[in-house]
Amino acid sequence: MSRLEILTPSKAQLVVEDLYKNLERRIVASPPGLCPVDITRAFIEMCHSQTCGKCVPCRVGLLQLKHLLTDVLNGNATMETLDLIEDTAKSIMETADCAIGYEAAHMVYRSIKNCRQDYEEHVENGRCTCMTTQPVPCVAMCPAHVDVPGYIALVREGRYADAIRLIRKDNPFPTTCGFICEHPCEARCRRNMVDDAINIRGLKRVAADMAGKVPAPACGPSTGKKIAVVGGGPSGLSAAYYLQLMGHQVTVYEMLPKLGGMLRYGIPNYRLPKDRLDEDIEAVLETGIEVKYGVKIGLDIKLDELRQQYDAVLITVGASTDKKLGLEGEDAEGVIPAVYFLRNVGMGDQADLSGQNVAIIGGGNVAMDAVRTAVRLGAKKVSCVYRRRTADMTALPAEVEGAMAEGVEMLTLKAPARIEVENGKLKGIWVTPQMISAIKDGRASVIATGDPDEFIPCDTLIVAIGQNIETKHYEESGIPVSRGKIVTLPNGGFKEIPGVFAGGDCASGPATVIKAVAAAKVMAANIDEYLGYRHEITCDVEIPDPNIDDHPACGRIELKEREACERMHDFEGIENCMNRKEACQEAGRCLRCDHFGFGIFKGGREKLW
Amino acid sequence: MVSLTIDNIPVSVAEGTTIMEAAASVGIPIPHLCFLKKINEIAACRVCVVEVEGKERLITSCNNVVENGMVVYTNSPKVRLDRRRTVQLILSQHDCKCATCVRSGNCSLQTLANDLNIQDTLFGERLEQQPWDQNFPLIRNSQKCIKCMRCIQICDKVQSLNIWDFEGTGARSTVNVSGSRKIADADCSLCGQCITHCPVGALRERDDTEKLWAAIADPSKTVVVQVAPAVRAAWGEPLGLSSEEATVGKIFDALKKMGVDYVFDTTFSADLTIMEEANEFLARFTSGELKDRPMFTSCCPGWIRFIKSQFPELVPQLSTAKSPMQMFGATMKTYFAQQIGKKPEDIFSVAVMPCVAKKGEENMELFYEEYAGHDTDCVITTRELDRMIRSSHIIPQTLKDVEPDRLFHDGSGAGVIFGATGGVMEAALRTAYFALMGENCPPDAFKVVRATSQETDLTEAEFELKGVKLHIAVVNGLGNTRKLLEAIERGEKKYDFVEVMACPGGCVGGGGQPIHDGYEMAFERGKNLYFLDSNAKLRYSHENPDIKALYDNFYEKPNSHKAHQLLHTDHNAWEMPKSPRRDRNGYVLPASYK
Repeated sequence: MSRLEILTPSKAQLVVEDLYKNLERRIVASPPGLCPVDITRAFIEMCHSQTCGKCVPCRVGLLQLKHLLTDVLNGNATMETLDLIEDTAKSIMETADCAIGYEAAHMVYRSIKNCRQDYEEHVENGRCTCMTTQPVPCVAMCPAHVDVPGYIALVREGRYADAIRLIRKDNPFPTTCGFICEHPCEARCRRNMVDDAINIRGLKRVAADMAGKVPAPACGPSTGKKIAVVGGGPSGLSAAYYLQLMGHQVTVYEMLPKLGGMLRYGIPNYRLPKDRLDEDIEAVLETGIEVKYGVKIGLDIKLDELRQQYDAVLITVGASTDKKLGLEGEDAEGVIPAVYFLRNVGMGDQADLSGQNVAIIGGGNVAMDAVRTAVRLGAKKVSCVYRRRTADMTALPAEVEGAMAEGVEMLTLKAPARIEVENGKLKGIWVTPQMISAIKDGRASVIATGDPDEFIPCDTLIVAIGQNIETKHYEESGIPVSRGKIVTLPNGGFKEIPGVFAGGDCASGPATVIKAVAAAKVMAANIDEYLGYRHEITCDVEIPDPNIDDHPACGRIELKEREACERMHDFEGIENCMNRKEACQEAGRCLRCDHFGFGIFKGGREKLW
Repeated sequence: MVSLTIDNIPVSVAEGTTIMEAAASVGIPIPHLCFLKKINEIAACRVCVVEVEGKERLITSCNNVVENGMVVYTNSPKVRLDRRRTVQLILSQHDCKCATCVRSGNCSLQTLANDLNIQDTLFGERLEQQPWDQNFPLIRNSQKCIKCMRCIQICDKVQSLNIWDFEGTGARSTVNVSGSRKIADADCSLCGQCITHCPVGALRERDDTEKLWAAIADPSKTVVVQVAPAVRAAWGEPLGLSSEEATVGKIFDALKKMGVDYVFDTTFSADLTIMEEANEFLARFTSGELKDRPMFTSCCPGWIRFIKSQFPELVPQLSTAKSPMQMFGATMKTYFAQQIGKKPEDIFSVAVMPCVAKKGEENMELFYEEYAGHDTDCVITTRELDRMIRSSHIIPQTLKDVEPDRLFHDGSGAGVIFGATGGVMEAALRTAYFALMGENCPPDAFKVVRATSQETDLTEAEFELKGVKLHIAVVNGLGNTRKLLEAIERGEKKYDFVEVMACPGGCVGGGGQPIHDGYEMAFERGKNLYFLDSNAKLRYSHENPDIKALYDNFYEKPNSHKAHQLLHTDHNAWEMPKSPRRDRNGYVLPASYK
């Protein structure tokens, strides 16, 4: 026996390491809506297998918790059992010697505290109210419930136009979403269990790029009903599109010179080229929507007047004004809110930032849009000033990486303290150094380090800390507003104001395109109902049968980007599409959950809404 | 055409053919369990897996279609082992006490395990315990359920009631009453289609045979038994009798041998129903009461439960006539009891029915003079009748034709066809024609309302009688019924008289009939009834001499005061659980769902 040895892991250890990775991926792909009691029981069993066995609360307590949870699931428990579970979990949390024990107990504690109703249902009725309602993870996770497996199968067969038609059944912005959707559909993709999620957004982009012009479907017979839509962003246009298809006549009121809302005036061209956005908007307009540009509700026409002139009114004004830092000097020359900064660029009114030091405050997607736009406008140095760490930024990781590749400095853990102004002109911003601290509600908080404030000199300061909604006129017209948002019923309407509906960012707060589209579907359906109809939105595209191929593990194909040093000098699109060969392989990775598993039994395909 | 080989046999079949169908076309029956054509093609049980050359994983043959050049093996070593293991897994969650199972000998799992020569279940038995109301006419035994999902599918897709659903998630997923309800609180029609489509003994009717045996053994009881029309078309199937051999007279013989006192044919009271219902229809029709909405037949208790729970606003459109079973029961407890000098409570009124919902209908109360009880005291299904015959060790081939007893001896062919979809309508039209025209129509004048195949789900017809146009519809299956009623409610359809039967094909396809897994016998059985009608001496209900005598001696005339007391019913006299909240796909939402 040597004094020290270099240890090599055994085959078994290597396999177990691999199994851990499999388990991680499996948890990522957990189907939505599982029974909290059953999952907690499974977790605690796994936790118990990790116990070192030394201390009693962990070695014995976790085992007993598992037995108690099993009793609940087997219908052998009483309400006293639930109290016993809670007390025991708390006791283990307080007494276990290490995290293996107390963190495991904490899981049980949180579960029984917050999901008590599910536990009680098992005790009282010996059954579970949880059930699988949407068995296709990507469809369930997509707010608009787009038929993802359907269009992936169509892309695989090269039927790109059909894919676009199918997407439009639930989302009239296929091209836009092919570029910029945040793709919540990929989060729980079952393919994660094999290797990695399908690149769903990438495949949508393929469909959009290769389909050519796909005409909008024909509208249904005219109902003679007139609807006003206030705001021509993704939500308003989507609702207008579906209402037109149902046979109603929609007029969109847009205050800006062009349609698209934040898609045009918020998202920079390099992320979503405007000629590509126009493809979607053209198809939407093909349905016969009337548009009135440059009209602002409350200023040019009142909501009440619209209510008199139309059978229904839909408010989709978005969240288009800025949020203030609340610091002195915020109105100084050189300080500009990101929404206006980006809108000006979108309108072709580009500021020249060459040679300037530009600082942006914020860590969301809008902040990334602002920094990367500033880079393209020739700024000498662009800094992103953020209170927390890069990992805490709410922007998509790819956006943060892209910005860094384009030379943006991430000045993290710095909280804005005051704005330095000289003669009404911005000189820079003082920031207070922060340190990451306790995790509150799942998010790391920050506290001041106690070090002295630092000065960041800048010529332009862009504030990207969120957006507000212009609610004044609506509030005056009797629309309920709370915390700066319009408050609607779940159907998008209002209890006391028949015929008026609202949705999208103005009701949800700043969100994503696909959430705007999802809200639009809800509103279109309910406006249709309100008007006394039950039109159905369908698509007659036949979905290819799934094939019986085996599914060996295979890497995920990512979309490639133009070189950073080249793309940072222009506003052209930065992302390249897949080619047909890549698209075919990527689409072939789809496990077709619409057919295999629960999908073929129930809920695999919503053919209409 | 697609060419492939299955077990080295070259096969050429049409595109879109499943591997299972392709194999069957060359005489290879691939074992399967959950599969039910067009209803349940979900590949849940994995018994029908086959090996396809070039593929690592086995694939199911029930729902995958053939491809050109495919090389399929249905019995390779890999398939044999995996199929066997799968069946052993199923057996580990199935209560395998076949000796006391109602489906022993007619169980697809038992047959499969026997065929695969499985003598060792391999895994420990892990049975699921779910409580069940044993007094409900429909019994589910969770310990036998193999989660094939057929009950869910038949109720969703064919009957549109979604009584069953998958509940719970993950390891605890199971079949149960949807929306976390108890069965007695559910809007179950009791059609029993889930029973006849269950491959094992997880679903069955409540067995009431012991109740009947006890009545037979009770010397104070006079046991009178009526046998429904559709029973004669099916009772012989599990006993090895051909349809020619399996006459209703032999059922009477068997019942007498078991010790019942009187035997009757429900065909008689079907004629009585026609007298009441046809005359009611003519009265309501001529009074203009049916201007907007039709009159509906009322003899199918599954349909009554359906309309009361799903379309309560349409209940006033139902005929007030009781079903033939209840009319017979009421007549036995009153007129017949008088005639044989017994008190109504000493009469034990039994009905042999092709139906499970009749076990629910039996609860309807009867009040007459001093008597407070029921028209019918015990309902047994065709399957229970067969079990009683077997348990009486009667050799079916030795049974002789026995005539029904006096007073209610005669029944017409019109009454016989009650057991098939369209039969009530046709019988009623024969009598309505006579009432309007004063002469008989040719007996087959209204044969257009008969089903022309197993797939006939809706028949519409228009007749002109004395210059008056009559629009009628005949529908069977509750999903089809729902569609029809919705169309009527939307004003898209307009009829005067509509016959509804809850079970596909009518009572011959009833939920109490013998079970043949994978085969629907309703249409064949219906043909048998029409054959009996065509050979009947009596073809018109109104010509039945015993019916005439019954009116002369007791009921006076159709829709008389006494007839209303005993032969008609108030459909609002009892409560039916209402249709629950459902999502837009028709699935029941739990009460706790926000």
